[in-house]
Amino acid sequence: MSILNPRPGRTSTSGLERAVDEALLSEAVIDDGDLGGRRANLRAAVGTLARKPGFVLALVFTIFVVLTAFVPSWFAGHDPYATSPSDRLLSPSLSHPFGTDEIGRDLWSRVVHGSALTIKATIIALAIAIVAGLTLGVVSGFFGGIVDALIMRAVDVLLAIPSLLFALAIVTALGFGTVPVAIAVGIGIIPGFARTTRAEVLRVKTLPYVEAARAGGASWLRVLVRHVLPNSWGPVAVLAVLDTGVAIIAIASLSFLGFGAAPPAAEWGTLISAGRNFLITAPWVPLLPGLFVAAVVLSLNHISKTFQELAR
Amino acid sequence: MTRYVLGRVAQAVGVLWAAYTVTFAVLYLLPSDPVALQLGAAGIETDKLSPSQLDAAMARYDLDRPVLEQYLTHLWNALHGDFGMSISKQVPVTDLLVDRIGATAALSLLAGTLSLIGGFALAYSASYLRWRPARLLLSRLPSVGASFPQFFVGLLLIQVFAFNLAWFPATGTDGFSSLVLPAVTISLLTSSVLAQVLMRSFDETLRQPYIVTARAKGLSRAAVQWKHAFRNAALPAMTILGVVVGLTVTSAIVTETVFSRNGIGKLAQEAVIAQDVPVVLAIVTFAAALFVVVNLVVDLLYPLLDPRIVHVQKVSR
Amino acid sequence: MTTPTPVETDSPLVTVADLHVGYVRRRRSVPAVAGIDLTIRSGEIVALVGESGSGKTTVANTLIGLLPDNATIGGGSVVVDGVEVVGAKERTLRSLRGSVVGLVPQDPMVGLNPTRRIGAQVAESVRLRGVSGPQVDAEVLELLDQAGIDDPALRARQYPHELSGGLRQRVLIAIALAGKPRLIIADEPTSALDVTVQSTILDHLERLVRDSGTSLLIITHDLAVAADRSDRVVVLQHGRIVEQGRPADILVRPAHEYTRRLIAAAPGLANGGRIVPHFDLAPSEVATPDPIIRLESVSKAYARPGGGDRFLALDDVTIEVARGRTHALVGESGSGKTTALRLALGLEQVTSGRVILDGTDITGLGWKQTRPLRRTIQLVHQNPYASLDPRFTIGQSIVEPLVSFKIGDRASRAARAAELLDQVSLPSSYRDRLPSELSGGQRQRVAIARALALSPELILLDEPVSALDVSVQEQILQLLTELQERLGLSYLFISHDLAVVAQVSHTVSVLNRGTVVESGSVAQVFGSPQSQYTHQLIDAIPGQRAEAAAHVEEVAHV
Repeated sequence: MSILNPRPGRTSTSGLERAVDEALLSEAVIDDGDLGGRRANLRAAVGTLARKPGFVLALVFTIFVVLTAFVPSWFAGHDPYATSPSDRLLSPSLSHPFGTDEIGRDLWSRVVHGSALTIKATIIALAIAIVAGLTLGVVSGFFGGIVDALIMRAVDVLLAIPSLLFALAIVTALGFGTVPVAIAVGIGIIPGFARTTRAEVLRVKTLPYVEAARAGGASWLRVLVRHVLPNSWGPVAVLAVLDTGVAIIAIASLSFLGFGAAPPAAEWGTLISAGRNFLITAPWVPLLPGLFVAAVVLSLNHISKTFQELAR
Repeated sequence: MTRYVLGRVAQAVGVLWAAYTVTFAVLYLLPSDPVALQLGAAGIETDKLSPSQLDAAMARYDLDRPVLEQYLTHLWNALHGDFGMSISKQVPVTDLLVDRIGATAALSLLAGTLSLIGGFALAYSASYLRWRPARLLLSRLPSVGASFPQFFVGLLLIQVFAFNLAWFPATGTDGFSSLVLPAVTISLLTSSVLAQVLMRSFDETLRQPYIVTARAKGLSRAAVQWKHAFRNAALPAMTILGVVVGLTVTSAIVTETVFSRNGIGKLAQEAVIAQDVPVVLAIVTFAAALFVVVNLVVDLLYPLLDPRIVHVQKVSR
Repeated sequence: MTTPTPVETDSPLVTVADLHVGYVRRRRSVPAVAGIDLTIRSGEIVALVGESGSGKTTVANTLIGLLPDNATIGGGSVVVDGVEVVGAKERTLRSLRGSVVGLVPQDPMVGLNPTRRIGAQVAESVRLRGVSGPQVDAEVLELLDQAGIDDPALRARQYPHELSGGLRQRVLIAIALAGKPRLIIADEPTSALDVTVQSTILDHLERLVRDSGTSLLIITHDLAVAADRSDRVVVLQHGRIVEQGRPADILVRPAHEYTRRLIAAAPGLANGGRIVPHFDLAPSEVATPDPIIRLESVSKAYARPGGGDRFLALDDVTIEVARGRTHALVGESGSGKTTALRLALGLEQVTSGRVILDGTDITGLGWKQTRPLRRTIQLVHQNPYASLDPRFTIGQSIVEPLVSFKIGDRASRAARAAELLDQVSLPSSYRDRLPSELSGGQRQRVAIARALALSPELILLDEPVSALDVSVQEQILQLLTELQERLGLSYLFISHDLAVVAQVSHTVSVLNRGTVVESGSVAQVFGSPQSQYTHQLIDAIPGQRAEAAAHVEEVAHV
């Protein structure tokens, strides 16, 4: 084989798939009467998603959690800081869905108010990761050459340091609190983002329609904005949703380890960490908030996975 | 061949050096007042000291010299296995690491073994099963496993297997039985990650035309899966071994804290709480070294396992 | 070795009766095969011919029991060697595979397991037949030898990536033979290979099955290949059989309109196995004083990965395109034709030589300097499925060059888009559609419309019809010719298919390994080829044998 075909395999499909494609070829072409176009496509995609109960559930729950972060008072019946010595360590009930902690504070209200800190930290972390990661990835993939080599070497180095450990170093340097934790986690996600974005940009950049646009006289800027970016954001968006879950776990872990906001304010991780002393006597104190965090991450992962399958 | 190996080793050393340097920069340049941060870790409150006392304290921890000079000294010493003194504990960092490494190594080995077995078993059976509901269930498991925060998993395991069933001790560093719950906690995450990558790899491999060739020979599905799909699917997945090892190390931080095990992970947590900069630097460097070495080994082994890869200059990046 | 015993019995080896197969996608069942009846007798060679979507591959997959999971057999019966396949258990199907039905898959480049040695992969099939011990090695070597592989002992120890495509296809044939099946299904066995390799492999496969009395089912889109090799041709369209019979009968008296179209589109069949050029230029007309583009003694070298010698993709090549005419570049893969096109387009720079576009020397000019010239030269890409941005509507795609050059306003661009759609015979309602809602042929029309947007003088056509079905190819070539006449366009036409070239080109250059081996008018080069290589290419065009046979019969008949 010549050097012109450096990657054998991977491109061709099997006879089985070809048979399916053949059968569906006629389906891909719609009637002349149909209008088709973007809106119809979007409607079809929404229709497909709406028919997936798991996806709808995950989406509704995610929206609920985001709402709790911004208007916790809508969902919490009690003051999260109001102590009540007579109501210590009550097990879950109608008035206290998650029970109460060792000084009688309503745990559900504390979890809901904890959303505000944790979700905002997640948003900061993602904003850092997306802005820096996208910029690095696009610049690297689009311009190539020395710029690409330099950026990718830097990314390799960052990838060599496990992200939670790197976050620890940053927290050590910046001090404790919600914002340092958010920054630390955000920086830790940058390399993965940069890599995925770069790979997508590189993939789209070599597609025939980009070459066609160049041959049609389009400038590189136009090619980037009109062709490369719109066609490469899909996998990047999937990763962003997935990384939201990763960021939530990382932020909760860091606050669990004791690096988050100072008491009495409590992020999800802090709540669980404080509750673990009561594991024997009142297991719901650490476990129910933990389950809540898991449900949030699970929802995000499911949304991400559904998008991924839809794109295929 | 030799040239390739040497080049690859040099690259690994370069990455490790850069990782050390970046971490050093974060710890020594990022804080607004590095002196107060470090002396604070030693229990000294800088604003209560007289200027001469402050100078003496700074001299004691080598903080009075320019950062670049400090960096070169630290780097030189680190190359000789000396990471300086722990500020909060007043013991050489290297001694601390040596003291704690056994517990973490044992935990990581068991967790690694469990996650390899779990990840492979899950991915293999998910791609082999024909019954759709079972297949769907298995393919969803990894993403569920990766969704549970490790501190939650740890606490849940303690509640069920230590408090309710009393099969294993809840905390501690004594003997094999104390290893089981933390190792399971870690491997739940790492095996999920491994299984996700393997499942994708199996899916991709089973779609390849040579699988059709194999089935057309009259081989059973089991034989096709084992003889033709397994190796081709497992090879690309090898490249994430470094990531899995890195994940195991970081998991040790949360897990050892939950289970009160005296390992490197708990040391890291204590060091950050105490803002003990030399210890943090040493642990981050250690983890980076582990990652770099694992990737190096995988890269050097890969061509021995995949006949298609021959050593040529890297032209793909 | 046991001697094969071709039993000529009345009961056929394969009987397909009223077979219906559909594929489920998005909760809808799309029919692929809609009521097919077919028989294959022992020792018979049957060819299943059809374009994409005809269901030919589905029939083959049903026979060997390898339908994908989302396929459902809606009804009918398939009996292979006395065993009912429809509704059969995997165990039953497996006992048929290899030992009764063997498969030669389509693409040899990916048909072999990359991480196992050739010998082991052939041995697997031999062992399934119950052979064991040292006998296995002996049979593997014999099979490889039978399949026409030199030095079988060496090849058996190699990995697939160390073999050429042709050799890999021979290995796959050896694997299919290893089970001593009664029927071999060859699924587009050579479409992925170069023409000259194609014919030798098909000859070899045909000889092997004829000698051993094995039945052969050839699945192909190419009626000419089918007619050359088979005892009986079965023509499929939309999952139904439209016609079947002996090749000689079908070629001379096609009963169905569709078959007639296929014959007309297959050059080897249409004109008595000869290539008849569409334009007949006298030798004196070939030279032209003022070509629209001229590549003058250009060479292009690429660095080999890993250093070492440089690789010459083009070596001192001179090509020119006369105004208002079509010049074709013909060659097999690796001949350098695509490199020549990229140089002409300015996507890459020459290593030596000159590129002269419309009288201007553009050698070594950067993108900015050549940008104004870009209006005179446009490209139509090979693969219409990838050359349109999936997020752009058809209208946006067509006017994109206008937007890039800041020509006109919204209204004038819309008007131009309508005009262009009309020129390529697409309804103007297609403007708001997305590429995924168009067929391959329609997409290629859109790509042509986009290339026309700037009213260029020269269009580079990179295998513009090779990804399309034969009958669609015909329409696109027709469109290109019409546009040339109406707009006075010049084309540089890249193709591996001599017949297609003959239909649209005035002049041609034959490329082989980076050098021009022959050039001149199409009539002259194809009519009386001077070089050995051009001879080979012309001889490899399928359909000539069947056409000759049909011709002989016709004469005898009269």
